[in-house]
Amino acid sequence: MNLYQFCYGIVHWLVGLVNNIWYWLGDFLPWYFGDLFTAIGNFAASEGHLWFMTLLVESVVVVVIALINVLNFLWIFRKLSGRILDFYGPYYVGYRIGGWLQNLADGMKLFIKEIIVPTKADRLGFLLAPVIFVGSSLTILAVIPFSVDFGISTSESGEYVSAGALFALAAFSIAPFAILLAGWSSNNKYTLIGGMRSAAQMMSYEIPLILCAASVFLLAGSFNFVEIVDAQSGIWFFIPLFIGFVVFLICLMAEVEIIPFDLPEAEAELVEGWTTEYGGMRFGLFYMTTAVRSYAGGALATALFLGGWHGPSFLPDEIWFLIKAYIVFTVFMWLTWSVPRIRIDQMLVFGWRRLLPLAVLNLLIAAALKSGGWF
Amino acid sequence: MAEMWINMGPQHPMTHGLWNLRVKVDGETIVDAEPEVGYLHRGIEKLCEARTYPQIIPIADRLCYGSSLTWSHLYCLTVEDLMDIEVPERAEYIRVMAIEMQRIASHLMWLAAYAGDLGLAVGFTYTMRDREVFVDLLQALTGSRLTYNYPRIGGVAHDLPPDFERDTVRAVQYMEMRLKEYEDLFDGSKIFMMRNVGIGILRKEDGINLGVTGPSLRASGVDYDLRKDMPYSVYPEMDFEVVKHEDGDCYARYRVRMDEMWESCRIIRQALQKMPTGRWRVVAPRNAPVGTGLGRVEDPRGEAVMYAVGDGTDRPYRLKIRSPIFVTVSAAPKILVGYKLADVVAIMGGLDMCIGENDR
Repeated sequence: MNLYQFCYGIVHWLVGLVNNIWYWLGDFLPWYFGDLFTAIGNFAASEGHLWFMTLLVESVVVVVIALINVLNFLWIFRKLSGRILDFYGPYYVGYRIGGWLQNLADGMKLFIKEIIVPTKADRLGFLLAPVIFVGSSLTILAVIPFSVDFGISTSESGEYVSAGALFALAAFSIAPFAILLAGWSSNNKYTLIGGMRSAAQMMSYEIPLILCAASVFLLAGSFNFVEIVDAQSGIWFFIPLFIGFVVFLICLMAEVEIIPFDLPEAEAELVEGWTTEYGGMRFGLFYMTTAVRSYAGGALATALFLGGWHGPSFLPDEIWFLIKAYIVFTVFMWLTWSVPRIRIDQMLVFGWRRLLPLAVLNLLIAAALKSGGWF
Repeated sequence: MAEMWINMGPQHPMTHGLWNLRVKVDGETIVDAEPEVGYLHRGIEKLCEARTYPQIIPIADRLCYGSSLTWSHLYCLTVEDLMDIEVPERAEYIRVMAIEMQRIASHLMWLAAYAGDLGLAVGFTYTMRDREVFVDLLQALTGSRLTYNYPRIGGVAHDLPPDFERDTVRAVQYMEMRLKEYEDLFDGSKIFMMRNVGIGILRKEDGINLGVTGPSLRASGVDYDLRKDMPYSVYPEMDFEVVKHEDGDCYARYRVRMDEMWESCRIIRQALQKMPTGRWRVVAPRNAPVGTGLGRVEDPRGEAVMYAVGDGTDRPYRLKIRSPIFVTVSAAPKILVGYKLADVVAIMGGLDMCIGENDR
């Protein structure tokens, strides 16, 4: 049973339950109301409506998965930073579960804060930017499957979006646009510089990122996550494409904007960069979405290079996938705490002169492997 | 992008205090800079005129939160010069030892702030953790952790606490181990070197002309350290090197401070070995004679000078304080122009700003 069928089952059961009560209420009414009730009930039970409701339920599942992952990620992030940076991390809120509830408490605190829009800000852009940023980041999760059976974007017959990997990369790279919009509309010099930096930075890491993904597509012969992971049942792609794997991880760190590459935020020189003017839950959403993007980045690296859900069979496939994604995230965090922030011109030089040639070299290796008949 | 002025401060993570750096940027490149100070002015010089001589010691402590002991020591030196007091030798050794501990603590705090500026979270927490070792030592010695109020006119407040020599030797050993680790952590980091080498070059002539002193000047290749050049206290008895570097960039300033910590460790060991027994304080007269007293010490941030004028009463007629950072910050436009916006934090952080003594 795939996720679509599961959600369809839930919707079918719910509609049946509601319709029973609905028809029963209709029996008490005069005939003209009763017919209306029957017509509405019949519409609710129709296939088109069930299909639509199933999609809605699947969207809710996406968000719930994202939020649960965010809580875990932020908890790991804080605990791990405590281990590396020599402090405790969250401790008292949720004492018995290692301070896991601290993030809920922080979220609640941010939630009850006043929402402020600066007077001279461009109101539409200012309000739209978080929506684009959060929405595009959550959309990535829609196409990334946890296993053959457990993915969001499945059709009734269990087929995945054919170009799911491309879609994920595309959704990933919408965020710099939102950052630019936020930076511009906030009407603040720090946010403006942050937004501009984001746009300049995107140029330098996006191309190597896509090239590294392209080498995987070349070996797997598909854009579909399931087929890419199936192609790694023998050997995981990070072994033949090790250069590409490293370049991909570095580019993902830039994509997620964590410390060596968090130039748009750059708290030391730009206060908080493009998020300076955002407060309350909007800032909380940005904070949360960074974790969502970290998770999505880890999931992408897992699916493309680390063999997806393949692993010894004593654990379910989904658990293997999550473990690998979390390990990639942990490595990100480890790097984040132990290196300084790079400068924007150095970032551009690094992207164009180091990452891009390596990515092209990696693509050539992939082409040679493919034409040599190894894959 | 057109040129625009950006106010970095008064509330800004870069400032480490309360001051304002206005930079004019063309895109990301700095074309002009203008420091504005005075937000933390407490009128300490005027305040001192209404206090008796011993009452000023805690005020002198509050000149700089990073190295308060140096300033109260400097004040005591000044008043001893004014009153012609001979300080017992043991007190001098205790003072030198405590000041070198303070220098290490101050440099570690600088290193922490600098690492934090560059985004190196590990550098921040590790150095602050190791600063605790020396702060704890000074707490055992003086009773407080930030503003020590320890030197007295004519000596120091108390003798060493029990087991202090043993703890100090251990702390110095620990510190030397940690300094090696820091050198791996910072010098071994490619990004750290990229952010520091060749950034914020202060040429030798500029440094001398602008009156920059301390590690920032020594990093530009000038061999100028009051501990050697105008020795005070018992520094002539100590065997240590004056650290200097030729490059004058941020990396040289970082290296000078790191090497100074090694030298401070050496001085602490020697002070412990050579420390004589005896009295640690003489009684100072209540009233100062008519005359002047001058004290000059090598602060962790540069050359600190105090000038006291006595008028025969128990309060100074005038107390002038020369802050090293006040001069250093005026060199900011000279150093900043031509570098990127992100280098502002590296350059200004590398100068070791301390706004308390700056604004007085």
